[in-house]
Parts: sequence; C-alpha cells; structure tokens
Amino acid sequence: MLRKRNKTVIYGLYNDETDLLAAVSKANTKHLDIFDVYSPFPIHGLDPLLGLAESRLHIGGFIYGLLGTITAFGGMTWIFTRDWPMIFGGKPYWSVPAFIPITFELTVLFASIGMVVTFYTICGLGPGVNNTILDERTSDDKFALAFDLGSLNNDKVDSLRSFLKESGAGEIHIKDI
Amino acid sequence: MSVVVSPIREPLIGGNKTYHQITEDICAPTETTPPKSWVIAFIASVITLAYGLFCIGWLIYFGTGTWNLNRTIGWGWDITNFVWWIGIGHAGTLISAILLLFRQKWRTGVNRAAEAMTIFAVICAAIFPVIHVGRIWVVFYFFPLPNTRGPLWVNFNSPLLWDIFAISTYFTVSLLFWYTGLVPDFATIRDRASGFRKKLYQFLSFGWTGSAKHWQRWESLSLVLAGISAPLVLSVHTIVSFDFATSIIPGWHTTIFPPYFVAGAIFSGFAMVQTLMLVTRHVLKLEDYITVSHMESMNKVILFTGTMVGVAYLTELFIAWYSGYVYEQFAFLNRATGIYWWSYFGMMTCNVLSPQLFWFKKFRTSIFWTFIMSIFVNIGMWFERFVIIATTLARDYIPSSWSYYTPSWVEIGIYVGTFGLFFTLYLGFSRVAPVVAIAEIKSILKSSGSQYVNSHKDNHHHNINEQHALDHLTAEHEGEHHH
Repeated sequence: MLRKRNKTVIYGLYNDETDLLAAVSKANTKHLDIFDVYSPFPIHGLDPLLGLAESRLHIGGFIYGLLGTITAFGGMTWIFTRDWPMIFGGKPYWSVPAFIPITFELTVLFASIGMVVTFYTICGLGPGVNNTILDERTSDDKFALAFDLGSLNNDKVDSLRSFLKESGAGEIHIKDI
Repeated sequence: MSVVVSPIREPLIGGNKTYHQITEDICAPTETTPPKSWVIAFIASVITLAYGLFCIGWLIYFGTGTWNLNRTIGWGWDITNFVWWIGIGHAGTLISAILLLFRQKWRTGVNRAAEAMTIFAVICAAIFPVIHVGRIWVVFYFFPLPNTRGPLWVNFNSPLLWDIFAISTYFTVSLLFWYTGLVPDFATIRDRASGFRKKLYQFLSFGWTGSAKHWQRWESLSLVLAGISAPLVLSVHTIVSFDFATSIIPGWHTTIFPPYFVAGAIFSGFAMVQTLMLVTRHVLKLEDYITVSHMESMNKVILFTGTMVGVAYLTELFIAWYSGYVYEQFAFLNRATGIYWWSYFGMMTCNVLSPQLFWFKKFRTSIFWTFIMSIFVNIGMWFERFVIIATTLARDYIPSSWSYYTPSWVEIGIYVGTFGLFFTLYLGFSRVAPVVAIAEIKSILKSSGSQYVNSHKDNHHHNINEQHALDHLTAEHEGEHHH
C-alpha cells in the first residue's frame, strides 16, 4: 500500500549538489522553513545547514552490543557454574578465557541486528513499505529542495517559487505526498 | 561542496561520466535481456549445482562412509573446502569495512560485488560442517537449544562451537551490511522501472526516499557496521584457526596460526575478487568503474598478504627446527618431503613465489597476468589447507596407523557442486542487483572522476610551468644585474 504523509509541498530540482547547498544556505539567510532535501547520494556539509543533529544510532549500537556481551557472558557463566557444572580438560567451571570468543561474537551480532532494526524503524522503512516518492529523478541525478505549503497563502507560495527559481532550480513543481 | 582532488592519483571513474550516465551504465544489466554468454554460464552453473546436490543426497542417504576418510585421516576435503571458502569470503568484508574506515575511495568500485562474493562464499563454506556430521537431521545439536537430551548444554569451551557462533554472526552481519547498502540502489532501479519490475524493486527498496535525515542515519549505520565488521572478520578466521591451533597435533598446535590464517584468507579472497571482477567488468561493460587502477590496488594487497603468508611458512619451519621437538620437526619435514610433497610444492609455488611478480608494475597492471595469478593463488590456498589438514593427519604418532587419502567421487562432486552454487548465486545477483554501488560511486565522482582529476592535473601542471617560467625570469633578471 502506498504510504502518504498528507502534505503538499513545493519543490525545486537542482542539477548539482553545489547548487543545492548554495540554495539551502540562501534559504537559511531568508529564514525559510525547509521541509526536506532529497538526493541520490549523501551530501557532505548538508546536515549542519539543515540543522540536523548528529544521529544517535551509534549510542543505540553500544547499548545493543552491551546487551549481547551480558547475554553471552552471563549465560555461559550461569550454565557452567549453576545450571549444569561440568569439567572440561581439568579446567575450572568458570573458565573465563574460553568464554571470550562467543562473548565477542554475540556482542557484534546484537549490536548489528539492533542497529539495523532501529535504523529501518525510525526511518519508517522496511519490507512492504511503499512511500510516496517526491520525484523519481532524485534517485538518479537530481537534487530536490522541498518546502511544506501547509496553509500558506498564494503570495507566500509565489515567493517560494521565485526563491527556488532565483537559486537555480531547473524545474519547480507542487505535489501531494 | 569543497572537493579534494589529488593531482597524483589515477582517476577511479573513467569516461567523463555524469551522475545520470552512472545510473544508466550500472542499471543496464538489470534492465536488459541477458546475453547468450550469461545464459550458457547460468545453465552450466545450475547443472553443476544439481550434481552437487545429488552428491550431498548420496552422502546423506549412505552416510560418511561414502567419503574416503579413515581412522587416521578424519578430516579431508570437507574441512579443506570449508576453510578455503570461508577464507575467500574475507576479502569482501575487508573491502567494504576496513577500506571504508581507511577512507579508501577505490573500494566503491568493487565493494558491492565483493560483499556479494562474501555472502555466497560463506553459504558454500557452511555446507561442509553441516553435512560432515553424518546425521544431518540432528545438526541442531550445534546450537544451545532446548532438546530431548535433558538440560545438557553444548560445550562453550570448544573452538568448534566458537566457530559456529563466529560464522553465523559473520554471515548475518555481512548480509545486513550488504543489504543496507543495496537499499538506495534498489530505489534507483525502482524509480526507472515499470510494471512487474517496479513492484519487485518497490519491495526490495523498502520505501527508500533519499531524504537528508535518512542519508545521515544510513551513513552513520554504515560506519558503525564497518567498525564492528573489521574486528569481526579478523575474529572469524582466527577462530577457524583455533579449530587446529588448540589441538595437540604437531603441526597444528601453533601460536602463529591466527595471523597466518587471516593473512591467507585476505590473500585468497582478493584473488577471487580479481577473478570475478575481471570477468564482470568485461561482460557487463563496467570497465570505466572497475579500472586497471582498482586491479593494481588489489594486486598490491595480494603481494603484501602473499608475502606475509610466505613469512609465516618459513617461520613455521624455523620454529619447528628451533623447538628441538622431534615430532614437530618431523611434521614439517613430512609436509615438505613426505607423501604429499606435491601439495606442499604447489602451495609454495602458487602462494609465495608467484605473487612476487607483482613487484613489477607491468604485471600488476596487466589484465592477463592478474587473471592468471588470481587462479594460481586460489589453487595455492586450497593446497595450503590440504597440506595443513590431510598431510598432518596422514603421519600421526604411531607409524602402524599411518595412512593415505584420496577423495571419493562423492567428495569431489560436493566440492564441484559448491562452485555451481556459488556461480548460480553470483550470476543471479549480477542481473538483479547493481554490481557497483551506484550511490557511493556518485559520491566520489567529483574527487575521482576522470574529467575532474584530469582538469585538476592540467591546472597542477600549469601552475608548475608558471612557477618554472617565473623562476627562469627571475634568474634572467638577476643575470642582467650581473652584467
């Protein structure tokens, strides 16, 4: 099913990421409220201009990893000292060095699965998700700068349109997404 | 955006590409009818795979007695093939993770296909431990699962169990990393497709929109996954080497095994990447993206790791002599001069001597020699595992139990079958997914595209020439003064 966000946006398509970055800076000086930017690849230097805070995904990764460490080490400790103590090769029940490899592997496994699931969840992506695409060329060679029209009056819309035009957008469209 | 263009590096993207041209070039194989050569290769792979499945069926029905293993030589082609395939997988993770952390831009041309190779090689590898247990229907005993044997657990102190955890983690993490990289590229194909293909790629691309925040998180995720995949890949072959190193068999009980196995894995993996890339770039017409400069970089890695492996072989021999321990000394003398001397010879020639050719730029940049060498290295690395496993076991403590081993048709058939599986998967991948990471290639275009690099080079030369002219003028001027 096609997922809609019930928004009407005006967007301009730029041919190069340098033009887009310049337009975003200009929009900032004019205090225009940018809805989003769509690009075929990550543009470095864009995040601070859009005021996007650094992703906290890696903190999640650390916590998931820690969970893996505790699960593996705690689990093996419980199994070999409480649940079913057993001697292998005359070593102590709680043979810590032998637990290290599995502890490491589960740390990595938990961290990666946790982070990947979190990533798709917070981005609203996943199998079966079908978002409305603003413009199909933004996954090819176009860079889109979009403003939410919301309840703006016609004058405001025209001023956004002229801003996009002046900042070098090759095409300007209005679309419901 | 300020882009740093190195004036001395070779361009990584040839043919003065634009962003749109990159999309066109890389999507083309997924949008056209496969050529006849692909169809023939695919059919051949599927037939080979079918034969492999038949041999596996034979093995499961009649039992491991259909293999030529005996009481002395308990591991033969099965574990040799397992270690060989798992080693091949390592190059993909090395390229995608470690080279990402080192900010090596050339990785973007080959990382996608190399990661695919990793995943397919791990699948091929995993077949061997699963089927070599004999009673495949109780193979879940590998895992610490509730079972009918009472509350009895697996042995967490055993390197064989560590291996289960290492390989299943490695496979899962590689798959997640690879697929997350594929999502934006599937979106690119989706936005160009229509009809059934549109539906297919809509599903595969997970609803990707290319929003700025999504890209930011995507980059953050890729970086952290790379950061944890790097030690993971080193741990995997370290643990594979523990299968041998923690035993008490002379020739296996060696502390050098972990680094030596990891170097060997990267060595063989890069060779397999070369074999695949040379064919892929030609057949899919991707010479502008997988360039001679990429091949040269990989050949340097092959030379480096091949030499490391060579040093490890010599260190083993030295330590065996220096230990003063006759069993250890015999084990190594037997490897070099015993019944399997030919496999030791093959290993030394293919792994240590032949890569030395790559000291010369002429060989490093030759497509012909790169291809020949990549095959040599893969043969050599197979021999290395065979030498370690079968040669060592064939001459154990008691001469009365000394034995010899040649594979049965079933063992050969299963090994050949894994090639069928590998190439069926790879050929399928090359028609469904973009074999070069589209978004990542676009992001390096302005620093590594030929038109940008060359214009920068011209400027650079221009500046140098101007400087020369200026120096010349100054000198003349000073000369005039002297007059």
